Amino acid sequence: MSTLSRRKLIISGLTATAGVAGLGVAAGLAQKYGLVPPDHGGLYGAGATLTYAAQRLLTRHSMAREFSRSQISPRPFQNEFAPLTEDFKRLQAGGFADYRLTVDGMVHEPASFSMGDLKSYPSRSHITEVVCEEGWSYIAEWIGVPLSHVLNLVGVHPQARYVVYTSTEPNTWDSIDMADALHPQTFLCYGMNGSELPVPHGGPVRMRLPRQLGYKNLKFITRLTLTDSMKKFGKGCGSAAAEFGYAWYVGI
Amino acid sequence: METVGHVEAFVASSSPAVPAATVPPRHSVLVRVTHWITTLCFFALLLTGAEIVISHPRFYWGETGNVLTTPLFQLHIPSSRRLVPTGYGYVLPDQNGWSRALHFQAAWLAILTGLFYAISGFFTRHFWKDLLPSKAGLSWRGLWHEIVDRLRFKRPGEADASSYNALQRLSYLFVIFVLFPLVIWTGLAMSPGFDSAFPATVTLLGGRQSARTLHFFVSVALVLFLFVHLMMIFLAGFWSRTKAMITGRTDVRRERS
Repeated sequence: MSTLSRRKLIISGLTATAGVAGLGVAAGLAQKYGLVPPDHGGLYGAGATLTYAAQRLLTRHSMAREFSRSQISPRPFQNEFAPLTEDFKRLQAGGFADYRLTVDGMVHEPASFSMGDLKSYPSRSHITEVVCEEGWSYIAEWIGVPLSHVLNLVGVHPQARYVVYTSTEPNTWDSIDMADALHPQTFLCYGMNGSELPVPHGGPVRMRLPRQLGYKNLKFITRLTLTDSMKKFGKGCGSAAAEFGYAWYVGI
Repeated sequence: METVGHVEAFVASSSPAVPAATVPPRHSVLVRVTHWITTLCFFALLLTGAEIVISHPRFYWGETGNVLTTPLFQLHIPSSRRLVPTGYGYVLPDQNGWSRALHFQAAWLAILTGLFYAISGFFTRHFWKDLLPSKAGLSWRGLWHEIVDRLRFKRPGEADASSYNALQRLSYLFVIFVLFPLVIWTGLAMSPGFDSAFPATVTLLGGRQSARTLHFFVSVALVLFLFVHLMMIFLAGFWSRTKAMITGRTDVRRERS
């Protein structure tokens, strides 16, 4: 009995040590290869990290499903948004002629772009589904300039890891990693179903990334900031939504 | 079950102070531990799943669906979102943030536990020994008798204290190898990231909204199983069966030994 329990004790001890060491190594590797999301802390950090890590390993280059023109939803649902600010209404009254998208942070040449600038770049489109975390969805054609095109124009520092994007809606900002930022389907979107992007759908410019849920596709984008760490923004968990308990990464 | 049984028998032979251990347990350590982790995950998933449904208690078929399209059916409950037409004059508080986080964390734990269970169950031959019904048990007449007995709330016989009856085996196999995989599949099919890597996950189900509706139906089936499962436990003796799932032993055995 005593020899057996000693053996058991040694085996469990070794197993526990190996387990802890293994977890330590895994955490180190995950950190090194960018598999840890900014909202990895807290009660649900383990689940968020597993999801993000698994999807980064599986979906780094995968393409969101695209649909045929006949599958476009005849009546795309307009979700709620905060009342438009006075500044925004002024821009809208002027046909967004004074709209500017500012790009700053870890870039070689900080710049600001007018609607004319954005539309002068090669435009791309995809027919993809908007998927809300609540459960509903619709399909539309989204037209815009790939975010990667604009990032190439300003020249991103090699150590930059996230693109932070800010909306004119109060306290509304979010961020994506470089895998999503450079993904060919990630657009600074200014058109929808063959026309201008309507204001209720986020016009003049919204972020469109079809591999993540709707709430990541912020409306009314006016600023992009490149950074190497999300700790410098807000509470450090990557987005305004994450501060309210909504996961930062929602490719789920 | 057998492996663990052997170990415990071995422990018992070197320590006569624990005579009860000579009898193989009703449930192996593998079954007991994975059962309770799964139970914990199931309740977390059920609660948070219900919270998520409340934010949009309408179900659709096909690829897309929203409040501007006709639902397949809708639950007549209030919603936690203002823009969902429910017929109720109030909106419930939004619980989706933590609900989603806990839903996916519990799903991870459940899937890892399930994988561990499936692999161990395969190597310890748990599925063949404890769950696959014998040819004799599979006769229609035998199964019919089981069903009728259960419907009459007849207490299961002595033999059921040491092993599962055929009907029980079939329902457990159905839950483990049909409902659990289906609920995982339909859940994964709702992930836009996962679908981008494996589009067949969702297209085979007929679209995203079909996947969501099926996820709901499979969850309802699992809840029905839970009700029947609990009813059977009450019928057989709640404390003795619950204790068996915790300690591995039943009262009947203790009385006999």
